[in-house]
Amino acid sequence: MSTVSAATAGGPPSASEDTVLSVDHLVVEFKSGRQRVHAVSDVSFQVRKGETLGLVGESGCGKSTTGRALVQVQPPTSGSVNYLGQDLSALSNRQLRKVRTKIQMIFQDPISSLNPRRRVKDIVAEPLVIWKRGTKDEKADKVRSMLEAVGIDPDTAGDRRPQEFSGGQCQRISIARALMAGPDLLICDEPVSALDVSVQAQILNLLADLKARFSLTMVFIAHDLAVVKNVSDRVAVMYLGKLVELAGSDDLYRSAAHPYTEALMASIPEPDPEQKSAHKALSGELPSPLNPPSGCRFRTRCPYAAPLCAEQEPLLREVAPGHQVACHFPLVGGKADTSAAPNPAD
Amino acid sequence: MIGRRGPQNGKRALEFPDVGESDEPLLVVENLHTSFRTGRGTVHAVDGVSLTVAAGTTLGIVGESGSGKTVLARSIMGLLPVRDVIKSGTVHFAGHDLTAMEPDQLREIWGAELSMIFQDPMTALNPVKRIGIQITESLRLHLDMDRKEADATAVELLRSVGIPSPEQRVRWYPFQLSGGMRQRVMIAIALACAPRLIMADEPTTGLDVTVQAQILDLLGKLQRERHMAVILVTHDLGVVADRADEIVVMYAGRVVERAPTRTLFAETHMPYTRALMESIPRLADPSGTRLQAIPGRPPDLIHPPKGCRFAPRCAFAQDKCRESDPPLRTAGSPDHLFACWFPLVHGTSTAPSASASASAAGDTTIDPGPVVQSP
Repeated sequence: MSTVSAATAGGPPSASEDTVLSVDHLVVEFKSGRQRVHAVSDVSFQVRKGETLGLVGESGCGKSTTGRALVQVQPPTSGSVNYLGQDLSALSNRQLRKVRTKIQMIFQDPISSLNPRRRVKDIVAEPLVIWKRGTKDEKADKVRSMLEAVGIDPDTAGDRRPQEFSGGQCQRISIARALMAGPDLLICDEPVSALDVSVQAQILNLLADLKARFSLTMVFIAHDLAVVKNVSDRVAVMYLGKLVELAGSDDLYRSAAHPYTEALMASIPEPDPEQKSAHKALSGELPSPLNPPSGCRFRTRCPYAAPLCAEQEPLLREVAPGHQVACHFPLVGGKADTSAAPNPAD
Repeated sequence: MIGRRGPQNGKRALEFPDVGESDEPLLVVENLHTSFRTGRGTVHAVDGVSLTVAAGTTLGIVGESGSGKTVLARSIMGLLPVRDVIKSGTVHFAGHDLTAMEPDQLREIWGAELSMIFQDPMTALNPVKRIGIQITESLRLHLDMDRKEADATAVELLRSVGIPSPEQRVRWYPFQLSGGMRQRVMIAIALACAPRLIMADEPTTGLDVTVQAQILDLLGKLQRERHMAVILVTHDLGVVADRADEIVVMYAGRVVERAPTRTLFAETHMPYTRALMESIPRLADPSGTRLQAIPGRPPDLIHPPKGCRFAPRCAFAQDKCRESDPPLRTAGSPDHLFACWFPLVHGTSTAPSASASASAAGDTTIDPGPVVQSP
C-alpha cells in the first residue's frame, strides 16, 4: 500500500475500513468585500465508526464552519468530505438530502432551532413525514418512544410548543428530532454551551446513553476542553482555521504538545479553591482571519514563539502514535525547547 | 484622572462616608422578598434572602437558572419594574436604605457608587452610539467633567480594561467589537466613576473559556487596585471557586448555603451545593467519566414544594425533608450557614438511611446550631 510510507513519514493516517467520515484538505472561504476569509484552511481528519471526535477551539477558529461543511450546509470551497466512501460535495441535491438522513446535526441554541409555532410532537415527527415513513400510528409510536428516550414525557409535552420548555428540554427535543430518521453520524455544534452546568451534565450523560443505544458516531464541537474531553475519544484542536493538535482525549490532557492546547486547558475554571492561580490566561484575541499571521498562526499569542515560527508554517506531524501536532517546538512535559533544532520534517 | 470621586459642585444630596470610616459592611441585605404577579399566580422569585458584603471583597452568588439569583441582583440594585412586583425587606448600601429611595436618588448612586455589569453586552450597550459616548455619559453626569476631560478619561479607562489602541476604539460602535471586547467596554463603563460595589450578573456566560479567564482576571485586578467590592452572579461554581471570598448558594429563591469559599468547598453541608460541584466536568477525570447530573429541574416558584425545596431532587431526602422546611442555621463555624435537616459531614449524608454504614465509621453527627433564619 502506498499510504504506508506516508503514515510512517508522519502524514495523516490513511483511511482504514472502519472510517465513517474522512475529511481531506477541507477549505472553506467566505467573501468579505473583495477579500476572502479562510474560515477553514486545509483541515484533514478521520472519524472512525462508533467514536466521538471532539472539535475544540475559540470562537472564530472555524470549528462550527467545519461542522457545517461536514453536512454540506456550508459547501466547502475545496477539499472533500467522504462519508462511507461517498464524496458528499460531488452529490446532487437530491442525493445529498438522502444522505443527510444518516448525518444529522444538533445546534447550539436549542430554542431558536425549533419552530416556535409548531407542537413538539409535530416537530419530532417531521423527519418521518418528509420521508413518508410509516403509517400515522407508527409515526405516533415512534415519536412517543423517541421522546421517552430523551427524557421528555410524551403525554404532557407532545401538544405543547417550544416556548413552554426550558433550554435543556428544548435541547432534548432537538436531539429527539435529530435521531428520528435513524442517523449513524451525529454532529453536535456547541450543544451545551447555552446551558447551566447542572443541565449541561444531564445533556452530556443523555448523549452518551443515546450514543450507546443507537450505536452512533459523533462529532462534538465546543469551546470548553473539559466538556469536550468528557465526551470524546479523540480531540482535534483548531486555531484560526487550522488543525493544531489531534490526539486521544486522555493523551491530550496528559501530554499536550501544542502551546495553544496548554493555554486552553489552563483557562478552564476548576471548582477547587485550592488550585489557585496556577493558570495564566491566554493574552490577546484571535487575530483576524482576513490577515492571518505569517508562519505559525498562533505565534502572536504564544509564550514560546521563536523567530522560526514567523518564517515557516509548522506542518501537522506525528509526535507519538495517534498524536499529531503542528508546532515547531512541541511541548514535552509542559516545556518547549526552542533552542533545539526543529524537526527536519518541517 | 480615574478614580476620583465626589461631587464637583455640591450637586449630590447624599453623603457617602469613606470606607475606612466605619466598620459596617458595605452592603447589608435583610430578609429581601421579591414576587411577581403573573397570570398564573404569584411567583416568589426571591424569598427571604439576607447577606452582607464587606468593602473590597467578592461575594459569589451561585445557582441554576430559575433559582432567583438574577432577580436578587436586580432587587439589590433597585432595577425592578414597579408594576406587578411585590417587594419587602431592606438593602442598606453604605448606610443608606436603597429600598426607601426615590428614583432620583437611586440615579445618583447608580454608576457612581454602585454599578452593574450585565450578562449580554450586546443588548446592554446602545448599538447606535459610539462606545466613547457611552463611557463619558456617566463621567459627565456624576463627576461633572467637561467633554475634553471626559474623553481623555474614557481613553484611559479603555486602556485599563486592556483594549488595544483605545484612542481609535473610543470612536467605534459596539458591533465592531468582539464579545469579549464588548464585555471589557461594559466593565469600563461600570468602573468609570470608581464605584464601591460592582454587581456582575453572569459577566462571562456566553464567552469562550479563554476570554472568560481574561475578563475575570481583569475584574479581579481592577478590584484589588481600586478596593472595590464585587458581587459575582453565576451558575458555575468553578468560576467563583478561586475568585470569591464568600459564596452564597441559592435554590428556589432562597439561600441554602453560605460560607467562606474555602469552607464551602472543604466542608460542604448542603447536598445541592455538592451536586452543583459534581455536575462540572473536570479536566483531570478520564474521558467518558459519567457526570453526576442533578435529576429534574428547579421547582415552580408559584407553588413551591412543601418542606425542603430541594427534597424532590435530593439523593438523601427523608420524610422529614418533604414535610418541614429546614431553617438556615449554623454548625461549628458561625460564618457557615446551611438549610438542610441532614447535612453532609465529611462528604457523607447524616440522613438515617444513608448514614447506616457511615455512623459505624465514626463521628458523622452534627450538632444543630442556632437557627439564623426561620423559613
